[in-house]
Amino acid sequence: MLRFLTRRLALLALTLFLTSILVFASTQILPGDVARLILGREAQDQALQDLREELGLNQPLPVQYTAWLTGFVSGDWGRAFTGGRPPIRPLVMERLGRSMQLALVTLILTVPLSVTLGVIAGLRENTWIDSVINILTLAVVGLPEFVTGLVLINVFALGLGWFPTGAALSSDAPLGEALRQMILPATAAGFVMMAYIVRMTRAGVIDEMKKTYVRTAILKGLSRRQVIVRHVLRNALLPTVTVIALSIGWLIGGLIVIENVFNYPGLGRLMTAAVEDKDIPLMQATVMVVVFFFALANLAADVVYALLNPRIRLE
Amino acid sequence: MITPVVQVEDFNLEYRLGKRWLNVLRDVSFAIMPDEIHGLVGESGSGKSTLALAIMNSFTPNARVAGGRVRFEGEDLLDRTPAEMRSIWGKRMSLVPQDALAALNPSHTVGDQIGEITRLHEGLSRRESLRRAEEMLRRVRISDPETVMRRYPHQLSGGMQQRVTIAMALSTSPRLLILDEPTTALDVTTQAVIVDLFRDLIHDTHAAALYVSHDLGLVAQLCDRVTVLYGGEVMACAPAADLYGRPLHPYTISLLASLPRRTEGAETRLPTIEGVAPALADRPAGCVFAARCPAALEQCRREKPPLEVIAGDRLIKCWRWREIASGALIIDTSPQQGAGDAPPRDGYVLTAQAMFKAFDPPTLVDRLLMTGRRPLRAVDDASLRVRARSTLGLVGESGSGKTTLARLIVGLETADAGALELLDMPLDLRLNRRPRSALRELQMVFQNPNDALNPYLSVGEQLGRAVRWLSDERLSRDTVRERVRALLSAVRLPETFAERYPVELSGGEKQRVAIARAFAADPALVVADEPTSALDVSVQSVILNLLKDLRALKGASYLLISHNLDAVAFLADWIVVMYLGEIVEQGSVAQVYSAPSHPYTEALISAIPVADPAAQRKHIRLEGELPSPRDLPTGCRFHTRCPRKIGAICEHDAPPIREAGDGHYIRCHIPIEDLTRLQVEDPAAHVSEAG
Ligand code: SF4
Ligand code: SF4
Repeated sequence: MLRFLTRRLALLALTLFLTSILVFASTQILPGDVARLILGREAQDQALQDLREELGLNQPLPVQYTAWLTGFVSGDWGRAFTGGRPPIRPLVMERLGRSMQLALVTLILTVPLSVTLGVIAGLRENTWIDSVINILTLAVVGLPEFVTGLVLINVFALGLGWFPTGAALSSDAPLGEALRQMILPATAAGFVMMAYIVRMTRAGVIDEMKKTYVRTAILKGLSRRQVIVRHVLRNALLPTVTVIALSIGWLIGGLIVIENVFNYPGLGRLMTAAVEDKDIPLMQATVMVVVFFFALANLAADVVYALLNPRIRLE
Repeated sequence: MITPVVQVEDFNLEYRLGKRWLNVLRDVSFAIMPDEIHGLVGESGSGKSTLALAIMNSFTPNARVAGGRVRFEGEDLLDRTPAEMRSIWGKRMSLVPQDALAALNPSHTVGDQIGEITRLHEGLSRRESLRRAEEMLRRVRISDPETVMRRYPHQLSGGMQQRVTIAMALSTSPRLLILDEPTTALDVTTQAVIVDLFRDLIHDTHAAALYVSHDLGLVAQLCDRVTVLYGGEVMACAPAADLYGRPLHPYTISLLASLPRRTEGAETRLPTIEGVAPALADRPAGCVFAARCPAALEQCRREKPPLEVIAGDRLIKCWRWREIASGALIIDTSPQQGAGDAPPRDGYVLTAQAMFKAFDPPTLVDRLLMTGRRPLRAVDDASLRVRARSTLGLVGESGSGKTTLARLIVGLETADAGALELLDMPLDLRLNRRPRSALRELQMVFQNPNDALNPYLSVGEQLGRAVRWLSDERLSRDTVRERVRALLSAVRLPETFAERYPVELSGGEKQRVAIARAFAADPALVVADEPTSALDVSVQSVILNLLKDLRALKGASYLLISHNLDAVAFLADWIVVMYLGEIVEQGSVAQVYSAPSHPYTEALISAIPVADPAAQRKHIRLEGELPSPRDLPTGCRFHTRCPRKIGAICEHDAPPIREAGDGHYIRCHIPIEDLTRLQVEDPAAHVSEAG
């Protein structure tokens, strides 16, 4: 297990390092002069020159990269170019917090329901209830996020007026208000996840039910419920747990469409904004944070899988 | 009168296949008495495991009971629902399954899984149930139950896993134990230990047991009564001594006669049962065995014989048992005579010198983290020579390196060191450096013919390919067809088989095709890796005879790899025994079988079950686990389990190779004279306590 962890952590570090090169390189080939971008079209040559000097844009690329990376690692993420040049780190952290809240709400809304549905479908394989669950999840997975998003807004926010349409909320809004704002985007994200979780769980349950140890458990005299709860679920849910852990990365950094549709101030929205404004340092920072969470979610998935699976844990 | 623990009466079971219902078990009747170990023998497809589970009132979803009764301690079981069975399952009857690893939950500890059953049926608390589980582990002679309790199934060896399942099954002291081929996956020496354990435990607890097996030898050694199943019907049921000593049913008689054993003389062939068991979909209206029975009459094909009770305690299903019993009809079981073998020629077809192979060298990560991981030494300095026109049997249990050594010779793995010579010419260790002529001379037959045959090519096409590929000239289509026909007839398959595909063949037929392919170009040496162990008993003898015939006909030599010394002894002239990567003994069959022999060989032979309840073999049992080839014992590699260990010298010094006769070598510290004396005078020296 120790071996496994060391190897995994080393891999994580390597991924992040390679991404940083990639991120840095790709922002370099974007068209446009950064200094002019910040100071505007009418800026004087001298002012531009000074700014370039200040930002280190005259240095050779490897030097710029090293400076950026060391800054990033030591916590000095610099200032954004646009929007009044606020310091990047607090901005990203605030948005990250919002994203995490949304992810949490989504998980709470989705996981128990979809696991239950998946287990039911798996245990009742090829009955009408299995078919209904299958068709529903298939239908949901077929719809793009922005469609579900728009439908939700139209029905529940505009039509019934139960939830806000998603006007940006100040960060100190009361918890109830914040939750009300999160329900709709969380539901839209949950739909996407649900389909995966239900199918994964269903397949897991069907697989496990065929295993010989289930027969052993039945012939011990355990009731059907005991067989399922004590013996089957623990093994059947292993892949599901992995999928859920993996999805955390996506929930934190990948809800670009949903956050935009619902105008939710998370990381995804910040990233789109940075791209629209060609705000390079902000772009770099957000992308790095998002990649970090994706990689972390991957690691978490592997670790959780290993922890729950004695065959790997005790290697 | 005593009530039987189990009474099966006229039981019929059907499986659904599409829209049809097929008869799996027909008119099955037999009884298991208290304190009795009842053997249920049959080949694959005979329905023995289905019957065993039916006795537990457990069925697959596609099965339906089509008549008859199953009584357990007088109660009718078949109309009970699973919910009603719950107070019986695990409490009054328990199952010891075939594949222990698959039958245990991978993510619960051993202790939890055993404890669960007493928590459920005896209302024990968690603590008490764990204490009971530990006690059970001790009873199944696990030396260190505290640790094993906390282990997960995959961390235990196969033998240990099987002990865990028996501990689990016995922890509620059930009245009936159903053991479904519980030792099939184990090595012979482990099997011997586990079977002894079963016998003792079952007799201690006064339970009745049904022991399902395909192994007539094992059943003879363990069971009091035996039921023989064929094609879903009971052929015979009798006390073991009678069934083996005075078999009355033609099937039982032929089956017992066909078991491979040491035979004198190269020309001897085993008596065989021709043909294959009828498939589920076309079982005959008459006697199920009629198609293969040497005594079948017209009546047998028309009408099913009744299951008759004879002599009070035997059941038999055959029209002609009276003639057989009176001696008027004799089923011919005398060994057949084959074409005379050409005597072994001088010289060797193959010489392997100091072969060495290690797997899984430590990786960079291992070295950096200093995990102390060592390479797995699979074959260590092994040398052997195969005489022209003879058979060398390479014997050892799993982990002995025998298969690896064979693969090194064939080139499927590349040896790390060593030298090979084929027909007095050096042979490269790497397969891709070997000339085509070497490929032609050196062929391999695998254990599982499915691995060797291409499922998408007809038999004729794959044999044709082999013929063309191994030929130096370009052959005309007619020549190829002619050769394929000759090959099929050499392995006694009808010509029409050329059109068939592997899926249409039975296991034995597939193995014949695989053998035919190995002989596509008159090889000098055929390496056969357990060629019969995936086959049914009644088919094994056919394949062994065939190999002997082909040797006589084609003048080839064999390197025959097997875990079963008895099977090897039928075919081999020369035997090499391996243990943990090393050759511990080699010599002629007679030399290896008689004293002196290496203590490991001695144990190996004594562990093979003989199909004769009265047979006396030495009782030598190897306790302890096979050490990991990654972490080899110092000194003699066998010292951790050797029943004849003489002291510290065995632990510290590698034993010398001693010559015990003409070409007979034994690797042991005990001088030859002492070894002979020990093995002759004191056959079971301090044996059971060893280890
Ligand atoms: S009934 Fe006939 S065919 Fe069947 S076993 Fe007896 S003699 Fe052979
Ligand atoms: S050297 Fe010692 S331990 Fe090894 S086989 Fe001989 S007696 Fe047994």
